Amino acid sequence: MKTALYDAHKQANARMVDFAGWDMPVQYANGLIAEHHAVRNNAGLFDVSHMGQLLFEGADAVGMVNRLISNDLTSIGNGQAQYTTICNDAGKILDDAISYRLADDKILMVVNASNVGKIDRWIQERGTGDAVMTNVSDQYALLALQGPKAHGIAERVIPGAGAMTPFQVRQFGDRILATTGYTGEAGFEIFVPPSQAQDLWHALLDAGHSDGLVPVGLGARDTLRLEMKYSLYGNDIDETTHPLEAGLGWVTKLNKDGGFIGCDALRAIKEAGMTRRLVGLQILDRGIARHGYDVYLPGESSPAGVITSGTKSPSLGTAIAMAYVATPHHKSGTQLEVDMRGRRLAAAVVKTPFFRKETA
Amino acid sequence: MSIPQGLKYTKDHEWARLESDGTITVGITQFAQEQLGDIVFVELPAVDSSVSQNQGFGVVESTKSVSDLISPVSGQVSAVNDELDDAPEAVNEDAYGTGWMIKIQPGDASEMDNLLSASDYEAFLGSLDED
Repeated sequence: MKTALYDAHKQANARMVDFAGWDMPVQYANGLIAEHHAVRNNAGLFDVSHMGQLLFEGADAVGMVNRLISNDLTSIGNGQAQYTTICNDAGKILDDAISYRLADDKILMVVNASNVGKIDRWIQERGTGDAVMTNVSDQYALLALQGPKAHGIAERVIPGAGAMTPFQVRQFGDRILATTGYTGEAGFEIFVPPSQAQDLWHALLDAGHSDGLVPVGLGARDTLRLEMKYSLYGNDIDETTHPLEAGLGWVTKLNKDGGFIGCDALRAIKEAGMTRRLVGLQILDRGIARHGYDVYLPGESSPAGVITSGTKSPSLGTAIAMAYVATPHHKSGTQLEVDMRGRRLAAAVVKTPFFRKETA
Repeated sequence: MSIPQGLKYTKDHEWARLESDGTITVGITQFAQEQLGDIVFVELPAVDSSVSQNQGFGVVESTKSVSDLISPVSGQVSAVNDELDDAPEAVNEDAYGTGWMIKIQPGDASEMDNLLSASDYEAFLGSLDED
């Protein structure tokens, strides 16, 4: 499938890859590392139109969503956004998502491209209450404008945008602007009718050119989110993991009124105690830990964990990884080893996010 | 894409250059580095270790991917480009120059005859484009 911005990517000489059935730009001409630094230092523009949008409308829209998600939508007001997981009855993660509370009777939810069909069906089967959910994914292209200069650039194209504070959502004509993203930088996600996507894409690039704004592909999106220890569905979280061990307890409100699907199972898991935790690792030897590499206590022959994501951090210049590590070895400072193609790399559990703005 | 004359090539996108001292310098091609993207780690064998034609001798990693390096000839490693430890981006910047990887003292230099010439390699790249 092609997004509404496919022609713009081809014109910019993007290298395209298949991602969840979508033909997406993995990087543009200057490469992943340059794109990564642009987002950290200036601003980057991403096409994330492959992501899915589900719209809940009706008197009990908030209640319907709240019974499906681990976070608590009643804790935010209209015009605000909230990150969450969606769990199955066993408390395992079906998807991670952002809910946008447009009004009491209108909630927009953004889900991962790979999970749109699954979550659509899940809600058709399990959604309850006086509201209707519609898959509106083909009614929106989605652009992400991220970086310290994002607000200034957005203001020049969409007056009023620059004053928005984090995790807000506002309607601007037939566009919806949200101050959300997945890079660790300030910025926007902009929902726009597909027919307007190319014009908006070029208008933003033109407006941001003097600020160093560049288009950014999925490659740098991955290194940016990994530096923040943000989970990628399919790598770090999936239907074999639950939010408590994945470090997503902060979006898992076990005591909220009415509970949610998976709540009872997660309460039991919490009661029993966790057997592993998703942690950040700093790789101390030369080498890069990749998804699926086993993690060991020094000198041990049976694994104590497994790498879920890893890369060389462009911001830090060092190799970083996320891994599920058996308790109690998940604590910060624990020395571990990663098996890289038969060779053991020294690694240590570190506090996350790996990258902090003030230290850069 | 310009493909230097006088070097030999493999379908795995390594290049091999016979030096005046009889050793063979090995690296990856411009095409390979473009496909890999930003290279962040190169794992190379120790000096004096043995390598075999068409067998892996190391690994090159970009931010996104891990790829084996395949030796174009058999022999003994006589030098390793240690500069790549701290500056793997040299492979992106100068694939046929400062981005070289190892030098091999070949057991049988005639193995070079099995490799692709510059024009053969260019034709091979052209056939990939048609896929």
